[in-house]
Parts: sequence; structure tokens; C-alpha cells
Amino acid sequence: MAKYLLLKHYRGAPAAVNDVPMDQWTPEEISAHVQYMNDFAARLEKTGEFVDGQALAPEGTFVRYDGEGRPPVTDGPFAETKDLIAGWMVIDVDSYERALELAGELSAAPGAGGKPIHEWLELRPFLTAPPTITE
Amino acid sequence: MDEALLRSLTPSVLGILVRRGADFAAAEDAVQDALIEALRVWPANPPRDPKGWLVTAAWRKFLDTTRADAARRRREELVDEEPAPGPAPAADDTLQLYFLCAHPSLTPSSAVALTLRAVGGLTTRQIAHAYLVPEATMAQRISRAKRTISGVRFDQPGDVATVLRVLYLVFNEGYSGNVDLAAEAIRLTRQLAAAIDHPEVAGLLALMLLHHARRATRTAPDGSLVPLAEQDRSRWDTTSIAEGVDILQAALARDRLGEFQAQAAIAALHADAPTAEETDWVQIVEWYDELTRLTDSPVVRLNRAVALGEADGPRAGLAALAALDDALPRHTAVAAYLHERDGNLATAARLYAEAARKAPNLAERNHLTRQAARLNARRGR
Repeated sequence: MAKYLLLKHYRGAPAAVNDVPMDQWTPEEISAHVQYMNDFAARLEKTGEFVDGQALAPEGTFVRYDGEGRPPVTDGPFAETKDLIAGWMVIDVDSYERALELAGELSAAPGAGGKPIHEWLELRPFLTAPPTITE
Repeated sequence: MDEALLRSLTPSVLGILVRRGADFAAAEDAVQDALIEALRVWPANPPRDPKGWLVTAAWRKFLDTTRADAARRRREELVDEEPAPGPAPAADDTLQLYFLCAHPSLTPSSAVALTLRAVGGLTTRQIAHAYLVPEATMAQRISRAKRTISGVRFDQPGDVATVLRVLYLVFNEGYSGNVDLAAEAIRLTRQLAAAIDHPEVAGLLALMLLHHARRATRTAPDGSLVPLAEQDRSRWDTTSIAEGVDILQAALARDRLGEFQAQAAIAALHADAPTAEETDWVQIVEWYDELTRLTDSPVVRLNRAVALGEADGPRAGLAALAALDDALPRHTAVAAYLHERDGNLATAARLYAEAARKAPNLAERNHLTRQAARLNARRGR
């Protein structure tokens, strides 16, 4: 009963084993990849472990407060940003080991040549509500 | 409408359906449907006999579903044998339901979800809200749990210890959603205590009541944690404390000590102290020794180090801490506290900041960060 975020990076993660950009795959390989991701999410729904999954556009804007009565300042997108999030999945599982197992499966999504991408996913635990009994 | 009554009737209604020959999974779905209908219909048309109403509604739902099922013929034989709707059988299957829903083949999260629905009478939506997952996910978790235990005989004797672990989990998860899980855990443990005479069930109920009594003082209005020593003891719920202490004393008198009784004894000693300074730390250390003997848990040893720090001074606490694995959750926070008590403010501030980075929840992280900031500000002056 712990929630974890599986983070997928456009940039910032170590290079995948099967590191071929998606635009150089065949259309069938792309379809197979998308199918794998959908099947994975559907399977987690069935096991009662799925919470959320979203993909993000690669380009975003930085925004900050600029003082009373002034519009927010915007900047970017920055082509050189080191860390770029591509999307996430949130799971609710019984153990850290189960979270690792699922992240491993997600990382095995097929890419170029129909072979697993071996993509590095970042696994981050959620901070929870404090327990009732502490002493 | 009396939702509490509705929920308390759930296990006996489910038991009646199972005794009439419905399999557990289908009966449980039918009772859930009947509950949802009751929530809709009762406010305008309260039934004269709520239990009879629920049994009739659930049985009808069960028949509708089974009639529509592919295995029509086999089940219609069952329908022919339907007993005349009348007074409910006297036998109470509540205890069997607790055992089934906490069956060892279930993962903790499935056992919790199934217990809350089949025994607690909560709707799938309420359980999903409480655990902050989508309703569809919770529905799947529950039907999967029911598939897992589909081969388990209903009248098979179960293990009280597994049931207690499930109820403890429900209580300890805190108050995340709009369902009061702590209050629900107390209700379910109370109901279990009425169904079985067992000192550890009493121990867990006492433990819950004693902690629940302090609930209002555990957090400040801004949501920040208030440590035990700083809580406003005049706002502790004395009725709940008195009930917890009574239940605990009756359990301890039976001389079959278990971990929940020992934990409750520690909570009772805290509840008993008019001020933090008057806490009987020597006795608390003795109870931690008992608890260590019973569980051999490193978390218990860590808590014992804190208690020893209060009973015999921070140096004694630090010595006990040195014998423990520093990868234990909250080890660093305990070290920070003991070093502060020992006057090593620089070390304490550094350790509080480190503990904050490792904290498993936001309220604790903020609390530890504030402790570090407090010491740093004092040293800076």
C-alpha cells in the first residue's frame, strides 16, 4: 500500500541499451510499442494497482511571480535543460519489490527491431500521510 | 439516515446469503448493491426492519444476477430451494467473514480493501477515496481478492493474528481521504471483540482507543505535527482513554501477553501522565523490553532507545542507539533528538536536516526541517 511514480525521461536518464530515436523505428515497431504500453496499463488496472498515467509534451514554459500587479514572467523553453520528463505512471502496490518488478516490465517495452528498449525509468516513492501510531 | 446501522448490518446480511447457498463472491456483490440501494432509498423511506430489508434486497440482487448468468440451469435448482423469507438465522457469521477477508493468501492491500467492503459495509467508491486510487482500480482489487479466496471454505477456522494485522493497517494508515479510517478500524475491532474473546483483540482495541484519544492534539491547525511532549493534554479524550485502560486491564489480567497489549500498555502510561515530565519512563522501558521479547523488531528497539534516553538520560539512549542499524527508518531523527538533549546542538541540527531528507511523509519532513532551523537559528545568535 504505497504509491510510486515511474518517471520516463526525454533527457536526463542514462542512455538505454536499445537507444534508437523513435522516428527511426518502423511504423509497425511504433504500433507494437504503443500496444505494449496500453496493455501494461490495462493489466495494472486489472490487478488493482493502477492510479494514473500521463504523457507530457516535450516543450514547456518556465513561469515565475514578478511582483505585485505585474504579470508573471515567462521564459524558455530551454533547449539545454538537462532533465526533461516525458511522462509518468503512478502505481499503488504492496511493496517496493513489486514496484521494481513493474518498472522493469515497463522498461522492457519493445523499440527498434522489436527488441526491448531497456530504457532507464526513475522510481520515486510518494511521501505519505503520517502514521497514527508512532511511539 | 443511520449509515452506521446500515454498515453494522453488512456482515450478518452477507452471512445469511452465504448460508442460503450463495457463493461468497456473488453474495458480496449482491450485498454491496443492496447497500448502495439502501443509501439511495432509505433517506426518504426508512424501513421498519432494516436487516430484513437488506436481506430481501440483497437476495433479490443475487437472484437477478445468477438468473442472468450463463450457468442458469444449475443455479435455478438453487433458487428452487430458496428458503421462505423470514426471520434471519441466529447464527452469526461475522467472525468467519473477518477470517475470510484477512485470509493469508491475500496481499495486505487486498485484505484491507475486502475487509472494508465485506465486513465494514463501505462502498467501493468510499474505499477508493480513502486510499486515493481510482474507483475502477479499487473495484478490480476487490474482485481479484475474491477470486484469490474463491476456493477457501467459509466455515474454515482462521487466524486471529492475520485479522488483527489487517485492522492495525487500516487504523495506522491515518486520515488521508474523506473516510475516517481510524474510526472505522475502531468500529471493526470493537465488532470483532464482540464476536471473539481474545486478549490480543482487546489489546488492539485498547491501543486504538488510547491513540485515538490524542488525535485532536496530534496536529496543529496548520497541519504540522505536535510531538507527544508538547500536546495539550487537557484536550485528550478522557472517555476514550478510560475505556482503553479498562479494556487493557481486563486483557492483561488474563496473563496471555501479546504485542498489542504491550503496545497499549505503553500508550496507557503516556495517557496516564498529567504532564510530559511526569511520564513513567522507567515502566515504559520495561514494556519495550517485553515488546522486544515478543516481536524482536528493530523498530521496537529504536523506540526503546528513545524511552531509555528519557529514563536514564540521553547518553544511555545514544548508547542503545549505537547498537542498531543506522539504516532503520527514523534512526537519524532519534539520533538528532538525543544529541540535542545531550547539548550537542551542532550535531543535532545536522542530523535533523539529514533526517528530514529521509522522512517518509511530508508532515514529518516539515517537522524535522523546523527542528533543524530552530537549532540553527539559536546557534546563529
